[in-house]
Amino acid sequence: MTGQSAPPRPRRAAPPPRRRRRGRTLREQEARAGLLLISPTLIITLVVVVLPLLWAIMLAFQSVRLINIRRTGVFGQYTLENFTYVISEPGFWTSLANTLVYTVAGTGLSIVFGLVAALALRERFMGRTLIRASILIPYVAPVVAVTFLWETMLNPQYGIVNTWLSEPIAFLTQAQGDFLGFKIPVALLTVILFEAWRYFPFAFLFILARLQAMPADLEEAAVVDGAAPTQLFRYVILPQLWSVIALLAVLRFVFTFTKFDDVYLLTGGGAGTEVVSVRVYNFLTSRDDIGAAAAQAIVLAVFLVVFLVIYLRFFAGGEREQR
Amino acid sequence: MSRDRFERGLLRLARPLVIAFLFLITAFPFFYMVMLSVRDIQELILEPGSLWPSSITLDTYANVLTRQGFLTFLKNSAIISVASVAVTLLISIPGAYAVARLRFFGRRQVHFLFLAVYLFPAIVLAIPLFVLFTMIGLRGSLIGLILVYIAQTVPVTVYMLRNYFETVPQSVEEAAAIDGCTRLSTIWRVVLPLSKPALMATGLYAFMIAWNEFLFALLFLVERRESWTVSLGLSQLAGSIEIPTTVLMAGSVVLTLPIVIVFFASERLLTEGLTAGAEKG
Repeated sequence: MTGQSAPPRPRRAAPPPRRRRRGRTLREQEARAGLLLISPTLIITLVVVVLPLLWAIMLAFQSVRLINIRRTGVFGQYTLENFTYVISEPGFWTSLANTLVYTVAGTGLSIVFGLVAALALRERFMGRTLIRASILIPYVAPVVAVTFLWETMLNPQYGIVNTWLSEPIAFLTQAQGDFLGFKIPVALLTVILFEAWRYFPFAFLFILARLQAMPADLEEAAVVDGAAPTQLFRYVILPQLWSVIALLAVLRFVFTFTKFDDVYLLTGGGAGTEVVSVRVYNFLTSRDDIGAAAAQAIVLAVFLVVFLVIYLRFFAGGEREQR
Repeated sequence: MSRDRFERGLLRLARPLVIAFLFLITAFPFFYMVMLSVRDIQELILEPGSLWPSSITLDTYANVLTRQGFLTFLKNSAIISVASVAVTLLISIPGAYAVARLRFFGRRQVHFLFLAVYLFPAIVLAIPLFVLFTMIGLRGSLIGLILVYIAQTVPVTVYMLRNYFETVPQSVEEAAAIDGCTRLSTIWRVVLPLSKPALMATGLYAFMIAWNEFLFALLFLVERRESWTVSLGLSQLAGSIEIPTTVLMAGSVVLTLPIVIVFFASERLLTEGLTAGAEKG
C-alpha cells in the first residue's frame, strides 16, 4: 500500500499545514495508521475464518479421511466423488427437508413471539424490568444448560410436563404421533418449539428497540382520527416494523439453517429431527470422512446462499414498497 | 359498542394475560432448574410433579463441583472466557477506531468481510479447523479454542465499538492531537475513557460467546477430560446413568448462573450495543 499516492485533497481547514514528517502527507499517514490498526483484526479473521474456508472447499473435492490426512496436499487429486456420494446417500434429502422445515418454522415462530412480546411490553407498567429480564434469560443462558433442562422437563418418566398429561409423551424420542386423528412429527415439533422459545428474545430485543425509536406523533394523530388498536397496528405500527422484521428474518434464517448445537443436544438427530449440520458432524467424527463432511457442509452453505438470494429478490423489493 | 372500545377492552384484558404467559414460559423452566438442583433424587422419582422440595439439600452441589470435576471445568471456562475477552478487546479497539475515524484503502471492503464472518456457518468452519488442530496437535489445548472464539467475536465487537466511537466528538480528539498526543495516546487517553459503556458491552458480549459455546469445545476438547469447559462437561455427563439428574441440574445452575449475573449487571448496555443498528431501521 505504500506506493499508493493519495490525491492531495486538503483535509479540514483547521490545523495549518505542518512540516511533513518523513516526507508523507497527512492523508498518507492516516491511510497507513488505519491499515496498521485494522491489521490484527484482519489477520485473525484471515487465519481463522477465510483460510480455513478455502481449505474446506479444497477438502470437499478430495478423498480425505482422518487417517490419510497427512498425505493429502494442495496438489492432491480433485474429484467430485464426495458430492455425488453425499447427495446419493440415503437420508440426505430428508435431512435437508428437515432443516428447511425447522428453519422456516423456527424463524417464523420466534419472530411472531418476539413481536407479540415487544408489543405487550411496550408501555411501562409495574415490574416491567423484571419481566423484560426474565424474557431474555432463554436467549442468554448456555445452550447446554437449556437443552438439558428441556430434556429433563420433557422426560417421560419423571419430567414435570408429563405429570400434567393424562398419557406420557416421549417428546424428544418419538418421531410420529397422533393428535386429533392427524399424524404429527412429535420430535421435530418439539425442537421447533425449542427454537422459537430460545430465540424469540432476540426478535423481541430488535423489535422493541425499533418500537421505542418510533416518533409518537404519528400514532397520536391516528388515535385522534379514531383508529382502533388493530387499525393502528395494521396501518401505523407494522409498516414501520417491516424493515426490522425483514432483517430479523434474514438473520434468524441464516443462523438457524446451519445451527448445530440445539438439535444435536436435544435429540442427537434422532426421531426424524436430523438436520444437515448434525449429519456433517457425524460424518466428521463417527465416520472420520473429512471429504464427505466438507462436501456436505459446502452443499448446505450453497443452499443457504440460494435461499438468501431468492429471499432478497422477492422480499427485499416488497419491503421497500411497504415503507 | 364501537369497534374501538371493543378492541381496547379486549386488549386491556389480553395484555396482562400475554405478559403472564411470557413470564411463565421463560421464568418457570429456570425456577424448575433451581428447585430440582436442591432436591434428593429419590424424592424426584417418587413425586415428579411436586415443585417445592420437602427438604433442601446442597449435597448435589458438593457432588457436582468436587466428585464430577466441575471446579476444574469452571476454571477452564473462566480462563477461556477471560482470555477471549482480553484479546478481543485488544484487537477490536484499534480496529474499530480505524473503521470509525481513518480513511484507508479497503475500508468499505472490511465492512463486508465482517458481515460475512458474522453470518458465517460455524459448521463449515469446524471441519478445516478440526483437521488443522489435529494435525498440529492443538487439539486438547485451550489456546486453539480461544483463537476460534476471538475470530468469531471480533467482527461483531468491531461493529459495536465503531458505532460508539463515531459518537465521540472529533473535536475532542483534535484538541488532544494539538496538545501533542500521538494517535495511540489519543485513543488511550481520550476515546477509551469516553467509551466505557461500549467497552463493557463488547467485553460482556465476548464473554457470553466464549462461556456458552459448545460445538468447538466439543470438537477440540472432548478427548481430554481435564480441559473440558463447563458446557462440555455437562453435555458429556448428561448421558450417563450413574449421575443423578438432580446433581446434573446443580451443574446446570453452576453453568447458567455466571452468565445470568453478568447479563443482569449489564443488560441495558448490552442490548443497546447489539440493537444499535435496528433503531435506524
